[in-house]
Amino acid sequence: MKVIEAKIVVLGSQGVGKTSLVVRYIGKMFSRHISPTIGASFFTCNINLAEARVKLQVWDTAGQERFRSMAPMYYRNANAALLVFDITCRASFAAVKGWVKELQSNAAGPLVLALVGNKADLAAARAVPATDAARYAAALGAPYTETSALRSAASRRGGCGGCGGVGGRGARGAARLEPAHAARRHPAPALLLAAAAGAAGAEVSAGGGRVELPAWSLHTPRADTPRPLCC
Amino acid sequence: MASTSKDSLPSHLTHQENIDDDLVPGACPESILNPTDSFEEIETEMSTDPEQRHAKLTTKSSTISEIQSEIGEPSKDMKTAKSSDDLKEGMASSPSSSNITEQNGDDVDTDKDEYLQSPELVNKEKHVFILSSAGKPIYSRYGNEDKLAGLCGVIQALVSVVEDHDQDILRSICTKDCKAVFLVKGPLILVAVSKSNESETQLVMQLTYAFNQIVSVLTLTQLNRIFEQRRNYDLRRLLAGAERLIDNLLIFMEKDPAFLLGAVRCLPLPEKARENITNAIISTCNKIRDLVFAILIAGNQLITLVRMKKYTLHPSDIHLLFNLVRSSESFKTAESWTPVCLPKFDATGFLHGHVSYISEDCQACLLLLTVQRDAFYPLSQAKHTIAEKLEKMKCIGAINDALNRSKDLPTTNPLKHIGIPIIRHFMYKCKSTAQLFTSDPISLDRLQDYRIMHKEGGDITVKKIEKLSDIDYVKNYRKFCNQIHCATVPAKFIFRSNCENTILAWITNGFELYVTFDALVEKEQTKKAVDHLLQWIKREENRIFIMNAPTF
Repeated sequence: MKVIEAKIVVLGSQGVGKTSLVVRYIGKMFSRHISPTIGASFFTCNINLAEARVKLQVWDTAGQERFRSMAPMYYRNANAALLVFDITCRASFAAVKGWVKELQSNAAGPLVLALVGNKADLAAARAVPATDAARYAAALGAPYTETSALRSAASRRGGCGGCGGVGGRGARGAARLEPAHAARRHPAPALLLAAAAGAAGAEVSAGGGRVELPAWSLHTPRADTPRPLCC
Repeated sequence: MASTSKDSLPSHLTHQENIDDDLVPGACPESILNPTDSFEEIETEMSTDPEQRHAKLTTKSSTISEIQSEIGEPSKDMKTAKSSDDLKEGMASSPSSSNITEQNGDDVDTDKDEYLQSPELVNKEKHVFILSSAGKPIYSRYGNEDKLAGLCGVIQALVSVVEDHDQDILRSICTKDCKAVFLVKGPLILVAVSKSNESETQLVMQLTYAFNQIVSVLTLTQLNRIFEQRRNYDLRRLLAGAERLIDNLLIFMEKDPAFLLGAVRCLPLPEKARENITNAIISTCNKIRDLVFAILIAGNQLITLVRMKKYTLHPSDIHLLFNLVRSSESFKTAESWTPVCLPKFDATGFLHGHVSYISEDCQACLLLLTVQRDAFYPLSQAKHTIAEKLEKMKCIGAINDALNRSKDLPTTNPLKHIGIPIIRHFMYKCKSTAQLFTSDPISLDRLQDYRIMHKEGGDITVKKIEKLSDIDYVKNYRKFCNQIHCATVPAKFIFRSNCENTILAWITNGFELYVTFDALVEKEQTKKAVDHLLQWIKREENRIFIMNAPTF
């Protein structure tokens, strides 16, 4: 079986739930006591697919402004970036656009992007319309999903029955990623998978569903002029 | 000669001939920690000469670049360029947020007096406010600092009037039941308003810690540069998420005598176990050239510290690391790669720390600190190797036994083991190694309780004292500690007896000792007890102290 190694970086403003999302996915739990990440956290996880085993290295970065200058360390060698915002916070969505710009000018290699709107459980306080986010993601050629690191927990306890809504809503308007069976249950993992697969440059099928690759790669237009970061 | 008066504190300079001068439990020729007297340092902090204080903040060579040049790493240039980068970033986007603050300030102007009387602010034992020298609120221990713009303006005015008109420094304002202590450090003004029994020096020390906590997050270089470029900068942007570090530090300082004495508490461990742990770290890390410190800690206690030759750590830097680990639940979920500035070690730059818990079933946290910002993977590898070795040598069990305060250990309940019933509590500091041992180590759970209690208020309550907790004993020692470290007339030996308890405080060249006895105990009796106590500490010194200073 083929073993694929992939690095993925999670970016976004402070408090949007990057760590919660990663911990939900890797640790299969939600904690209300997560403290702000300092610097960055490193997770690994193995995913077995029909044709390959993916060794995923996840860099969960801190969203605070003072860590901004450290970000290149993490995205420079990444294969994929998960851009997270909080659907109840307009500014966090704007910040994602800032990240995309930075990635476009600084990333060293082709980078697969995925856009995630977190805190779908707070839909009542929504400040970013799903259509806006989906449109923006489509323009980037990135898949867009809305999810809830919190609610995913509730639905798991409830036997995974009622969580279709989360994934289903998220899938609306997502450009490239059709929610596979797995994706319906855990949108974030599906994105990670897509990213991992994209990183490795292979088409992989997950759980019977098909994960298509985002065709768009960040770096292609300026592949021959990697810009130095500083100095 | 026992005095039973509650108010008078007769202090005697006595020579206790019966105690051997060489008997300094825990002393060893080489130390992992700087044996600095924190009180002496505070004296310079409190120096009245503004020029001198300013010089202290700016002229310091960078230890980090020294290490980098020694191991031949040319990354210093990049680092400075970097920090100026993130600075610009902060500046560019800051106007919006500072406008918000100003607006808030305006809104609040009308009812600000009302806010100062609100329940979230009144009747607190100790307030701490931090503001920029331009008068912008940065941090308030209680309440919402945004609504305190008016108060901060007043503080700023007080400080600058004394500075500009009198060419002097405002140090404190005392009222009948309340002390306000001011500390101007670089671009920041820190103020403590306290109704506790802490002295001015002790409060200044706490404010200095709070300042160092901010430096630890930003570096002094960045902090100074921000305000050089924009005096009106709203520092809260860059401190986002770090407020809780200051919150926790303030609680930690109030209850842990480690701060009072400028010493570090070690986790009591069998000598062999500690040696095995240290060797596991050394044998794994001695090939990693840019590693400066490897530190294993658990529950605010040091298990071991391995260091690069020539470099030691200041207790105050270790306290900040304890606070960081203690305050960051996120370290428990994954390996972290964390920039951390240790102000006493090098205030100008960051060390990069690989921070992780040693295993899922052990509360010990390993910090590997390096000068190399991209050394994560080798350190991650090293951590896993160390964890395997510790598991194999059954060290994790030993650590857990000590943390869970297993009944079999003599250090779990030292008073019972020592067997002198008149001793209620003691704390001992070995000066040459800056290490501390107390009869009743504050356990993790109780720290938690204390924090919850504080979350709910920090209000002054008149509680009926049934049984004193270790925290109460430590509070009682404050006054004595202050007299012993008094700059003008330091006491060497204090004995006070009254109807509540008898307290003895004693400082020699080698140690500091504070003991609480039963009420109205004769001095002769305490002499014998102290003698016995020191013998016991001497006997157990290999377990309760780190008696060597290992290097890579």
